[in-house]
Order: sequence, then C-alpha cells, then structure tokens
Amino acid sequence: MRHPLLEVRSLTTHFFTEDGIVRAVEDVSFEIYPGEILCLVGESGCGKSVTGLSILKLIPIPPGQIVRGEILFNGRDLLKLSEKEMEGVRGNEISMIFQEPMTSLNPVFTIGDQIMEAIQLHQKLNKRDARKKAIEMLDRVKIPSPEKRIDSYPHQLSGGMRQRAMIAMALSCQPKLLIADEPTTALDVTIQAEVLRLLREIQREMEMSVMLITHDLGVVSEVGDRVAVMYAGRIVEYGPIEDIFHEMRHPYTRGLLESIPQLEVKKTRLNAIPGQVPNPLNLPEGCKFHPRCPLRIEDCRREEPPLFEVKEGHYSRCLRWKECR
Amino acid sequence: MGSEILVQVQDLKKYFFKERLFSTEKEPIRAVDGISFSIRKGETLGLVGESGCGKTTAGKAILRLIEPTSGQVFFKGKDLMSLRGEELRKLRPFMQFIFQDPYESLNPRMRVGEIVGEGLEIHGVARGKEKRERVEEVLEQVGLHPQDAFRYPHEFSGGQRQRIGIARAIALRPELIVADEPVSALDVSIQAQILNLLMDLRDRLGLTYLFISHDLRIVKHISDRIAVMYLGKIVEMASSEVLFRQPLHPYTQLLLQAIPRLDPAKREEKIFFKETFLSLEKERGCLFAPRCPHFKERCAREAPFLVDHGDEHWVACHFV
Repeated sequence: MRHPLLEVRSLTTHFFTEDGIVRAVEDVSFEIYPGEILCLVGESGCGKSVTGLSILKLIPIPPGQIVRGEILFNGRDLLKLSEKEMEGVRGNEISMIFQEPMTSLNPVFTIGDQIMEAIQLHQKLNKRDARKKAIEMLDRVKIPSPEKRIDSYPHQLSGGMRQRAMIAMALSCQPKLLIADEPTTALDVTIQAEVLRLLREIQREMEMSVMLITHDLGVVSEVGDRVAVMYAGRIVEYGPIEDIFHEMRHPYTRGLLESIPQLEVKKTRLNAIPGQVPNPLNLPEGCKFHPRCPLRIEDCRREEPPLFEVKEGHYSRCLRWKECR
Repeated sequence: MGSEILVQVQDLKKYFFKERLFSTEKEPIRAVDGISFSIRKGETLGLVGESGCGKTTAGKAILRLIEPTSGQVFFKGKDLMSLRGEELRKLRPFMQFIFQDPYESLNPRMRVGEIVGEGLEIHGVARGKEKRERVEEVLEQVGLHPQDAFRYPHEFSGGQRQRIGIARAIALRPELIVADEPVSALDVSIQAQILNLLMDLRDRLGLTYLFISHDLRIVKHISDRIAVMYLGKIVEMASSEVLFRQPLHPYTQLLLQAIPRLDPAKREEKIFFKETFLSLEKERGCLFAPRCPHFKERCAREAPFLVDHGDEHWVACHFV
C-alpha cells in the first residue's frame, strides 16, 4: 500500500473582509502520492490557488485564515509548524512556481544570482559549487548554453525561457513536491507544450510529486495523473484522469468539457453552461452548482451533497451522479 | 454567404519606430509587414497567431483605429486609406470593433444605456425616445435585460460586460465587426456562451467578422477561413476545414500539434521545435527559418511569398 506524500484533510480557508466572509476553500480533502501529478482544475475564484497557498501557509493573515483542517506532509502536520520550521519546508521540501515568471523573478539580479541564493539558503554549498549547481539546473531545464545564460537578467529572456529559469530555481533543492500555479497560462501554445513536456520529464527523473493548478482542461489532459475539479471552494469531482475525461460523473465537469470547441467535429453551437459563477460572498444554498445545473432536482436546493464514491478512487459531489454520464 | 467582397486588404503595413530622447532608431518594428486578404460578405475570417505576431495591430489598422504605414483597405469598394475626416466618419457605423478586455473597454462612469447609445447619437442615427428603444432592443439581442441600461459596468460580471461591448458594436447595425480576442479574458464556461452569441448574431444580422484570436480551437469553431500570422506576415491561409486537415506551412503544423488534445490517451505524439536566440539578417530570408525543422539554405537567403496551392489554399514556404 502506497503512502501519500501529502494529505490534505478538510482544509477550510476563509477571508474575513469588510463585505463579509469569503469562504474560498471549504472542507477540501485530497492526497498526492509520490511521483504523481495531481491537477487542481477550476474557473477563476473556485479556490484552487488559495488551496495551493494554504499548503505552504502563504495566505495573508489577516484577512485570510486557515479555519480548519490538516495538511500532512510526510505525516507531519504543516499547520502545526512554527514560521521558522515552515521556512525549512518552503523552497526546500516543497517548492512553488507561479503564472507570471516576471513577477516572481527579481529584475535587478541575474537568474544565476537568484538560483544560487535558493541553493545556498538551503544547502551548505560555497559560492563556486552553488554556481556549478545552478548551471547544472539550467542545463536540466534545457536552457541552451547555460554557462552564458546564468549571467542573464530576467528581461533578457523570453517568457518560455523565464519560466524554465523559474522551474530550475524551484527544483534546485530537489523538493519532494512542486506546486505549480498556472505555470503555462502566460505562454504561447507552442511554448506551453514544451514547458509541459519538460515538467513531466523532470518530474519523472526526479521522482517528484507535482500539484498543478490550472483553469485549462487541455493542460490537465497533457500532464495529469489524477484530477480534482473545484467549484465554489469545493472539490466536486475527484479521480484518475481517464475517468475525469471519459467517465465523468459530475455535471460541472461535463459542462466544462463541452464548453471547449472540439477540433474533430464542426458543431454550430457549444453546450455552454448557463448563468454565472456564483458570488463567493453569497453562495447558493445546497449544491453550489444547482442554479446552473441541467440535472437539478428539488433536493439539490436543500442540502449540499457529500462526495459519493463512484468507484474506488473516483468521487462525485452530485446527488444524481448515476444519471450523469 | 455571398461572393460579394466586403473587405479587401492589400499589402497592409504598420511599422513602429522606437523613439529615443535624442534620436529615432532607423530600424522599425515591423508589427504588420505586408498582409493581403479579402473577406466576403457574411464570412468569418479568423486571424490566428501567437503573442506579438501583429494580429491585433492588423485588426486596428484595417479599421484605421491606428494609422497604417502603407497599404490599402477597400471597404464596400471604398479605399479607406484615402478618406479624410467626415468621409471616414460616415463609414464608421458600418465597421465596429469588439475589444478583448471587457473591464478596460467600458467607461466606468457611464451607464450601460449611454455606452450602448453613444454611437447612435454621435452618428445622428437616433435620439431621445428612438435611441432608448434601440438600446433596449440591442440589449435584448445580446441576452441582457432592457433595465440593465440604467446600471453601471462594475455591476456586471466579465461575461455580461462583454455582452455590453457586443451591444455597443451592433447598435449601429454594422456590416463588419473586428473582434479582437473577444473571449480570451473570460472563464471557459462563459467563453462558450459568448461564442454562441457571436455566432447567433452573425446568422441573424448577416454580420461579417474578422475574428482575431490566439486560441486555435475557438478560431476553428467560428471561422469559415483562417489566416495564420507569424511575425507580421501571413504564412498560410485556407478554409478552416482544409487548414486543420492539411496544414502545409511548418509553422501551422507545429501550432496545430501544440494544441492540447483533451484526451489523456493521445499524449506523447508531439514533435517539438526549438526556441531560439538566432536572429536573421533583416529583410532577408523566411522569418520562421530559425525555428523551422525543415530549414534549408535557401530559407536564409530568400523570403517566400504567399502562393496559392489550389482551392484558395495560400502558403508562404519554399518547400511546399
């Protein structure tokens, strides 16, 4: 029996704002196993990024607060660690990369300086060895002539190269888990394909786990092993990638997939999901998706459904999951 | 779709000159570098390419929202580039623009009714009661409520704001709409709603679209024909069905391959090409050569022209 590397249990993160409580993440539970890529997918405001930030305790407090839950990393509850202890986890055991590499790279230092800083902070290496290691990392993410590029400033690199440099930095301490928040969203489609392939290759070589946060089911289909679909702060469907794409059992997952134009068939109309994403300050009663759902019945209005087990490892938060296919 | 040509673009160029404090750099940025195509009445032409390829600049230059450096655009047979002041203004109602960002393209201090009705007044199409009625009618056409005319843009979600932008564009009963990434800023579930709306309006009002997007799935879905742009030039143009079934230009081929398949079983089939630091000699050679997997010596010397390979399938490559 495999043991999960990361186990998130009943994570609940709220933001206490002037306008009211934003329940960004509500009772979210999932596991990430060693060497797998778990995708967290959903539209803007569904709580996927807040989930990622909560794991590293990077939520701004106030207004944010992790209200409940456990985040077990190798059996250790990160929520119980002191800030000092967390610093030993961040960038070392768990790394994170973000959508826009330009905002997370410091423009006044070379990428080499920045990668070396990360290495020297967590590993006892002198400057020369750290530089050697940094060149090795740049080579690993397939940046051409790394011994020259190491002295480039971020603005001298293209978007794709910058994201590679970010990945090199994030991986320089051989983390066991990489949290990648929309890593390819700012990139062109050809560059996206390359960065995704790189991520997948390195993840296999280093036997690292990845939590990939994205709004794009296309990205999920390219790299994911398992998928958690989020809507209005909840996981609504959770399971192996083949099930999510071919045997989905939640009407929201189905709606998301059918909203994307198919290349193979020419259809005149798309099956759009009607209505709007609900206001997080004013979520509907019962199932959060019911106002937009084609399968809704009276019961959906009354009570929030639990996660039903469709089969081992595949769950759906829909009362009518049996009819949703 | 008739065979009557509504828009004809000929060798359109837009160069930007980097201005420095004491000098103007001689070498311009060739955002749009000699593109030519035509759009038939009722047709949707998709203009697709990656960021920086010049597709938005092209769209704006065609409507003369920015002044082109050179070239000609014929709209309903009139040469837009030769028109001045009042003459151009008289044509404006017939050609409208939909912007990408529904948050920045609507004046936050104006009510929706004013935003949608402003053009009617400026062009003297309708005033007072007549204007109000037209605004209500248009709001209903885009799926909003007539009462929404009294609200402000910030009260609406992204998708609804884009509906307001569309209402503004169709209020003057245009014939041509240039839509610049009209759904890129929206969530997936809302994108589909807006695409459906744009297609409904096209069919109901007989509109002609120049649809600009980086998203190949969306362009394929909505377009009759597609032009692929790379670094300011059109490298391939064909009916959307043919372009996807039989892409001929190496850039188009790689672009199509890079589209995520939405089927985890079909993963590892992609061929990749290099990101590059090479730069070509200026004004010589094929611009795609440094990234091209089929690169040959001739490509560095000589720029290929866009050539018809039959059935209006145009390709700019020496080795097709």
